[in-house]
Amino acid sequence: MSIVERFETIDRRIIFFLIFLAVIVPLLFPIGLKIEVSEPVRMFYNTIEELEAGSFVLISAEYDPSTMPEVYPMNEALVKHCFAKDLKIVSIGLWPQGVSLNQTAMEQAAGQYGKEYGADFINLGYKAGGIVVISAMGEDIPTTFPQDYALRPIEQYGIMEGIENFDNIDLIVSLSAGDPGVREWVMIAQGRYRKDVIGGVTAVSAPAFYPFLDAGQLKGLIGGMKGAAEYETLLGQIGTASAGMDAQSVAHGMIIFFIIFANFFYFLGKRRKR
Amino acid sequence: MTTDIGTWIAALLTLCIFSFLYRDNPFYKFAEHLFVGISAAYWVCYYIYNILIPNLYNPLFIQGQLLFIIPLILGVMMLMRLFPQPAWMSRFPLAFIVGTYAGYNFITYLQTYAIDQVRATMVRVVDVSAWQEFFAHPGVVSFFNAIAIPVVVVGVITGLIYFFFSREHKGVFGGLARTGVWFLMIAFGASFGYTVMARISLLIGRLYFLLHDWLQLI
Repeated sequence: MSIVERFETIDRRIIFFLIFLAVIVPLLFPIGLKIEVSEPVRMFYNTIEELEAGSFVLISAEYDPSTMPEVYPMNEALVKHCFAKDLKIVSIGLWPQGVSLNQTAMEQAAGQYGKEYGADFINLGYKAGGIVVISAMGEDIPTTFPQDYALRPIEQYGIMEGIENFDNIDLIVSLSAGDPGVREWVMIAQGRYRKDVIGGVTAVSAPAFYPFLDAGQLKGLIGGMKGAAEYETLLGQIGTASAGMDAQSVAHGMIIFFIIFANFFYFLGKRRKR
Repeated sequence: MTTDIGTWIAALLTLCIFSFLYRDNPFYKFAEHLFVGISAAYWVCYYIYNILIPNLYNPLFIQGQLLFIIPLILGVMMLMRLFPQPAWMSRFPLAFIVGTYAGYNFITYLQTYAIDQVRATMVRVVDVSAWQEFFAHPGVVSFFNAIAIPVVVVGVITGLIYFFFSREHKGVFGGLARTGVWFLMIAFGASFGYTVMARISLLIGRLYFLLHDWLQLI
């Protein structure tokens, strides 16, 4: 068997092992590669920066544990950013598991920034229906969400005083890993109610949202763990996304090498067969 | 290394799933079946307590809102799908759902995906400020910023020409269609790149959990 044939029938477990090494070695021994901030992430950051203290930010969590490595770092950084700027957070979840993940992020940051549940932030929980829920919130938020995530009536919380519909919300942030998610918020909250919407999405879905960004339908976009690391960089906080960036870069370099290497031997083999 | 039992269970199940990369084995099978079983039970409970009870049982049977009999009947009709004889009844609630969503989404899709997108493409064919920036500070970044919008416009037009099948793709028309294919290929490549990035991120997330939360090495 020639060397070309050997490479053509290489055991895929060797590739798995090399990718495993490419990820684990930089995690154990960080290189400290520089993280450049892209324009969509800077727009996301600036949109929040431009809000005045006391403004209301609606955070909608549409992700679950399967996409936590990408979206949860954004959630953590976003909540810290809002608390640091004294913004009020009203949160909901169009995915059931997003509610508890967002609650964890808010509780952790609240301890750090001295914020109180019901006064500075609230979690209205999950509601099934996706786009219909968003539409109903545009009409009347307290009727759509009469209770918080722990089934307590929302009237008892000071933060909900004066919150009726999207008119009382200054910015909408959707952290989304699929549908319903950013797309639905753009369609209803931006399209129908002309509210400012920014989004944090998984890398797989990010390309689908760049046209929204170009058209001004989204005011900012964070895509995947890379985007989350850029956002952490802007905030000056080293979180889990930043910690994974060395591994991401080395793994990408490895995959690019594999593609070039495989194509080289593919064309070499084809030439020899002729 | 942590002493938290939950982290240990999560770490061992992660290793069981990873073991499939070597080959199929009983540890992988165990973790897979456990996941399927727990997921099914979790979602059944979740739907009962978070959807059925607050959205149907409470309004109808606790608050006495009789209008909610309609969704109850529609729901029961949908379940008739499970029985061969009255299975036809499920078509009515299904038709209701399809009709409602089609009507509901029609305008919003048109607004979001057609009108706003087309307007954004048409009104900014030439971004004067980007060109001014390029001539003031010539460089690679300012050049790409300046040509970004013309590239989008050319991509939209040639992409649409590629999907115009009423005329044979020959001559100038064929050349434009082939340019459209190039744009599509670049878009697919970018999309695939993002997909690779997402999958690597998930691997990083799991390995970070093993090294940080379980082994506490980092």
